[in-house]
Amino acid sequence: MLDLDRNNFEEEVLKAEGTVFVDYYGDGCVPCAALSPFVDEMAEKYGDKLKFTKLNTSKARRLAISQRVLGLPVMAIYQGGEKVEELVKDDCTHENIENMIKKYI
Amino acid sequence: MQDKVFDLIIIGAGPAGLAAGSYAGRARLDTLIIEKEKDGGQIVITAEIDNYPGSIENESGPSLIERMAKQAEGFGAQKLYDTVTDVDLSGDIKIITCKKGVYKCRALIIATGAHPRPIGCPGEKELIGKGVSYCATCDGAFFEDMEIFVVGGGDTAVEEAIYLTRFGRSVTIIHRRDKLRAVQGIQDRAFKNDKVKFMWDSVVDELKGEGILESMVIKNTKTGEKTEIFADPEDGTFGVFVFIGFLPESALFEGKVAMQNGYIVTNEKMETDVKGVYAAGDVRITPLRQVVTAASDGAIAAMQAYHYLENL
Repeated sequence: MLDLDRNNFEEEVLKAEGTVFVDYYGDGCVPCAALSPFVDEMAEKYGDKLKFTKLNTSKARRLAISQRVLGLPVMAIYQGGEKVEELVKDDCTHENIENMIKKYI
Repeated sequence: MQDKVFDLIIIGAGPAGLAAGSYAGRARLDTLIIEKEKDGGQIVITAEIDNYPGSIENESGPSLIERMAKQAEGFGAQKLYDTVTDVDLSGDIKIITCKKGVYKCRALIIATGAHPRPIGCPGEKELIGKGVSYCATCDGAFFEDMEIFVVGGGDTAVEEAIYLTRFGRSVTIIHRRDKLRAVQGIQDRAFKNDKVKFMWDSVVDELKGEGILESMVIKNTKTGEKTEIFADPEDGTFGVFVFIGFLPESALFEGKVAMQNGYIVTNEKMETDVKGVYAAGDVRITPLRQVVTAASDGAIAAMQAYHYLENL
């Protein structure tokens, strides 16, 4: 999984070819940490069909807010520089995450 | 896994389930804890817990739960992560159906806890994670230097409001009465904090915004008068954190064990009205919902299950 930050987000997500999965998490966000192993599993399983990335919003808050992320966790799909779909907070169940991924592969 | 029957299955790995796991494991019961999401349940989103008896300095929800989970594991309780979709409590062997498998047991402890109660006003659902939150530790940082509002008047609301002062330039507690419900010690800390303000006799009537929280309508509970509060144009948004209580996670057990208002009915031995089935923690009727009471319930339930199994 590619680690994003303020500097490479535009290049790796907004200007990327194809579809990009972004896991928005933060320091001290326990629900985010709980999901992390499952997201890694998804990256293993579908990484050849979809680009998997994650952003620590604690270090890139303004960026997160500019992407309309003001609550964690968020799992988002980007295409052509646009966020085309996202799962927010309690909607980030294993089932929902995998179903969303499957829609875009 | 098909024919295996556990002595005890515990649904939920919050403090009630983990304490039950420790006691059951220590009593050499073949025990399985099933957790759907994360160890610790509600308490892990708390940055500080100072009233759990024996909690260490700077104890956080996660730090306490980490030790509880390790302890249960040390006593031999097994744990797996799966979501229970159905339970059959009609026979001597209880059948617990999950998304990834079916498990059987002779005794069951329901320790499924509760989830935050929403305000229930228009716009709330759409703006979750877009200004509306039930988790200060997850989302407080997004509102650094902005205005933050906290809905509620009990211990949790006031404590989280104080926590949020490290981020917001102001934290306003919106409470439907003219007096807080929180214990006096917590109230005093809030009154002493310059950043904490109060809107009394107020409820949130509506939350508004396009893809991000932009304004909210406040209703005065005494006069019925409504006022709309808009985000500071420089900020563009503000935070609304909701701490107005909890709703029990008991839907799975409706019609299967006796309940009242969604809370499971138990006696002081944590026994439900079904033999071999116990409930522990926030999901049951109890005068106090704290980590310490959940842990206590879990221990009692585990030992009752032990005696029940001994006498089978």
